[in-house]
Amino acid sequence: MKPRAGTLFAAAAPAAFLLAAPFFLSTYWVMILTEILTMSLFAMSFNLLFGYTGLLSFGQAGIFGAGGYFAVLSLIHGPSSLWAAFAAALLGSALLSMIIGWFCVRRDEIYFAILTLGFGMMLFTVAHNWRSLTGGSDGLGGFTLPPLDLLFWRGSLADPRHFYFLVLGVVFLGALLLYRMVHSPFGLLLRSIRENTQRLSFVGADVRAVRLCAFVVAGTLAGLAGVLFAFFNRIASPEMLHWSFSGKAVLMTILGGSGVLFGPAVGAAIFYVLEHVITAHTTNWMVFLGAILVVLVLAFPRGVLGSLLHLAARRRGRPRP
Amino acid sequence: MDAFLANLFNGLSWGMLLFLISIGLTIIFGVMGVLNFAHGSLFMLGAYLCMQFVRWTGSFWTGLLLGPPLVAAVAVAIERFFLRPLYGRDVSLQLLLTFGLMLFLDDGVRLIWGAAYHVVQPPDALSGSVAIFSQSYPLYRLFLVVLGPLVGLALWAFFSFTLWGKLLRAAAMDRQMAEIVGVRVPVLFTAVFAFGAWLAAVGGALAAPHQSVGPAMGERIIIESFIVVVIGGMGSFPGAFVGALILGLLNSFGTTFFPQVQMALPYILLAAILLTRPRGLFGAES
Repeated sequence: MKPRAGTLFAAAAPAAFLLAAPFFLSTYWVMILTEILTMSLFAMSFNLLFGYTGLLSFGQAGIFGAGGYFAVLSLIHGPSSLWAAFAAALLGSALLSMIIGWFCVRRDEIYFAILTLGFGMMLFTVAHNWRSLTGGSDGLGGFTLPPLDLLFWRGSLADPRHFYFLVLGVVFLGALLLYRMVHSPFGLLLRSIRENTQRLSFVGADVRAVRLCAFVVAGTLAGLAGVLFAFFNRIASPEMLHWSFSGKAVLMTILGGSGVLFGPAVGAAIFYVLEHVITAHTTNWMVFLGAILVVLVLAFPRGVLGSLLHLAARRRGRPRP
Repeated sequence: MDAFLANLFNGLSWGMLLFLISIGLTIIFGVMGVLNFAHGSLFMLGAYLCMQFVRWTGSFWTGLLLGPPLVAAVAVAIERFFLRPLYGRDVSLQLLLTFGLMLFLDDGVRLIWGAAYHVVQPPDALSGSVAIFSQSYPLYRLFLVVLGPLVGLALWAFFSFTLWGKLLRAAAMDRQMAEIVGVRVPVLFTAVFAFGAWLAAVGGALAAPHQSVGPAMGERIIIESFIVVVIGGMGSFPGAFVGALILGLLNSFGTTFFPQVQMALPYILLAAILLTRPRGLFGAES
């Protein structure tokens, strides 16, 4: 399939913007953009389960936060190396999601949602109560970020623009992995699980194994996003693991659209921009967020990006999934 | 012995409140198939309205009497305008909708009454404390402990002997069949949702003198009542009662004996039950 000019432009324009943004935006907005990118990766990892596999996880924040803690613990107790911290977090969150996933993928729909919520809150309790290791409710801060050591370039991450490019690189790799995955035969398998689990098992697919695979990939990427989040805030705190933080991923995904790969990323951007606009006037921005969510679910279940793409596809006169 | 009794009463009184909210949650799920994330917020709304009535009239009983019907009216609106368009669609959409409503209500309460915690005094007849085995114990908690089984009994009688109770059970068992034999299911759905909300609001009003009234109380209790409902079995009436007692006691005894892991205990129990008995303790095996 030859990509159309419009599609190419739609992919190139955001990429160009993200690469150029630090050169013309103020430091403040660069930091907002960093947060948006981090949460995009988190929400996209959630959406691999929700939008593609049909599994609503309310425990995604548990693994997200755990990833952050693994990285910070590795920096405090292990070598002062960024890559070691990333490796520890990737390994840890992959292992953790394998264990949790092994239990959770046995159940469907609401039961899956509640079970993941339960496991996520167990992790929250560990982070909150194991004071000697995790610092309890204060969180785990007081570490220094080692400089970023690429073979050809070395720079301090204290500079928000350097940190931004690190985040951009990591999120790009994560998004690339997700893109390849959902466009592979495995991605088709995931979607068919969402559509009809029973039929898929009749034709001989091991539904649990496929789901577990998706759960581990989603968990690992969530852990990776957690590392970026903890590094950005210079602290890993228990709130990162709380179920209401999973709710953020849910909100962003619904805002942007769960049927599109980059929907959650658009949702994250809308989320943060809205937060800034609304909190400038009132502290009670959750009222608005709740109302927006209700309207979206009722009127635009495809989300903002999903609805736009749908509209564009209808204009061109061919149906799109 | 003293500590044991104190734990027992604490656990039972909290379990009683959990029961009131869980029973609504479980009926709504059983009949409508909707897992209502906003149920804790209705509980909270009941507490706030009760507090407001106490401020206006000075009487707790007025709050207990007038608050819950108002919450039920809110619930009727929610069911009519928000939930009804979503029946027959993806279950996740209903969950997300009620999640949005929860955010709206929780923060809306903060907008109206502020983020601070409020204290509601128990009514005069139930204030003060009584001595049990040389330890004084708040009378209001004992009142809750006694009230629990009475409410349970009343609900059991309602479900067993009244026409509406039987209709509810029939619809919960087989919605289609009930519709075929002439039950007006849309009306029933509205009634069920309003009834569940009323019960949650009664729980909230009763909770107002028991704990402080604050915007976080809904979020806390909704998760615990999810656990209650899952442990007992989704849609099961005795399950909600037993589950609420288990969780209430786990809360009080856990705090005393395993303070480090107490917060995790309900979740561990939840996972264990879901993995070994997916339908819950009292759920029908399908």
